[in-house]
Amino acid sequence: MAHEHKLAIFRGTVKFKSNTQKIWGVLIFLTIVTAIEVILGIYKPESLMAKFIGMKLLNWIFIILTIVKAYYITWDFMHMRDETKALRRMVVWTAVFLICYLIFILLQEGGYIESVYTNGFVKRDF
Amino acid sequence: MDTTVANTGTEGKTWGGGNEPLKASYGKMMMWFFIVSDALTFSGFLAAYGFSRFKFIGSWPIADEVFTHVPFFHGNYPMIYVAFMTFILIMSSVTMVLAVDAGHHMKKNKVIWYMFLTIIGGLIFVGSQAWEWGTFIKGDYGAVQTKGGNILQLVDNEGHRVAIGDIAIDAHGERVQHERKNGLWFVDEGTLPAYTVDEVYNGLVANPNVLIRTQEINAEGHKTVLTREESLQQLKNNGKLVVEGANLHVNEYGTSLFADFFFFITGFHGFHVFSGVVINIIIFFNVILGTYERRGSYEMVEKVGLYWHFVDLVWVFVFTFFYLV
Repeated sequence: MAHEHKLAIFRGTVKFKSNTQKIWGVLIFLTIVTAIEVILGIYKPESLMAKFIGMKLLNWIFIILTIVKAYYITWDFMHMRDETKALRRMVVWTAVFLICYLIFILLQEGGYIESVYTNGFVKRDF
Repeated sequence: MDTTVANTGTEGKTWGGGNEPLKASYGKMMMWFFIVSDALTFSGFLAAYGFSRFKFIGSWPIADEVFTHVPFFHGNYPMIYVAFMTFILIMSSVTMVLAVDAGHHMKKNKVIWYMFLTIIGGLIFVGSQAWEWGTFIKGDYGAVQTKGGNILQLVDNEGHRVAIGDIAIDAHGERVQHERKNGLWFVDEGTLPAYTVDEVYNGLVANPNVLIRTQEINAEGHKTVLTREESLQQLKNNGKLVVEGANLHVNEYGTSLFADFFFFITGFHGFHVFSGVVINIIIFFNVILGTYERRGSYEMVEKVGLYWHFVDLVWVFVFTFFYLV
């Protein structure tokens, strides 16, 4: 049986000789990202505490690093890189769209209720 | 990728069902679609967590102060253990994908070996999670819950936590727990806390360097510590129940919603890991028995591998939203 794997990651900057090598390479990358997250989480540098679009900069870094990790788990461990474009889009676009929608709705509503609480139960005085 | 397991005699017959535009077998595609729906379930839970957290953004517990324990070590090590758990799960994902790779090359012994390591990794993870739950349920310092349901914790002058048990003065006049045999047979009462609020209050009066810390987060991102007078007044007027540890009703670390979501989301994820281990074991024995060798394809390993990676994927998000953010 022919099993072709695409062996390049980081848009072709890193190329591996075999699928096994690629797996170990991705593991090293994921470990480094997790280590960065943990170190930032323990020391919480003061410079990253500034607010940026409603959240601390540090939290944005955590979320972006998480999505990066999720990408490499899906693409290389789950072999999404080797699937057809149609299957990939069916799975990824559906999930990404619905999850973004859900998060937007719920966080928006949560923030609204919080503002109602803090403003003495009056959001807008007509 | 050529992943057909069985031939159905319809190959190449476009209108006979022989066309495979996605070049994936039925089973693998259905596993992907199951994963999409399960991902949405988990997103629903995590988004609900985010909703509640945004709702109480000014008083949510700080995860670094909640999960600080490492087995066999004393002291304050936030995040270390959960980072270890994350690493274990990623590692077991790697052995799983190595098993899939060995399956593509029809190397039975390698598949057996890697599947075995994957199962061990999964068991270590589930065990760690059980330990994490145990520690969380047991609690460490204890706290007093107010009439309004807020949590009051004790700290010393330098802001270090003080355990309830260290200062409470035993009054020896405590109420006996109600049981079916000594009272109304149709009424039950849960275990009574080891201390009453009065005992904690007397202890606070006797220890002039102890202060009360509330749930509210101040401008610097720390929990607000009351002055000595406010502390005494707050505990006397509003203290209602001594809380030790966390469960679905009370939570010594802060709002009980935090504990509810923690149990629900990590529990649901832990259940996925558990079922993943069970499925892995079944496939493991199938590999040993040579089922896939005879079938001529190790695609089943690939399918269970997809599920296993998905469990890892979910943990990456749970880790971020429960422990980091």
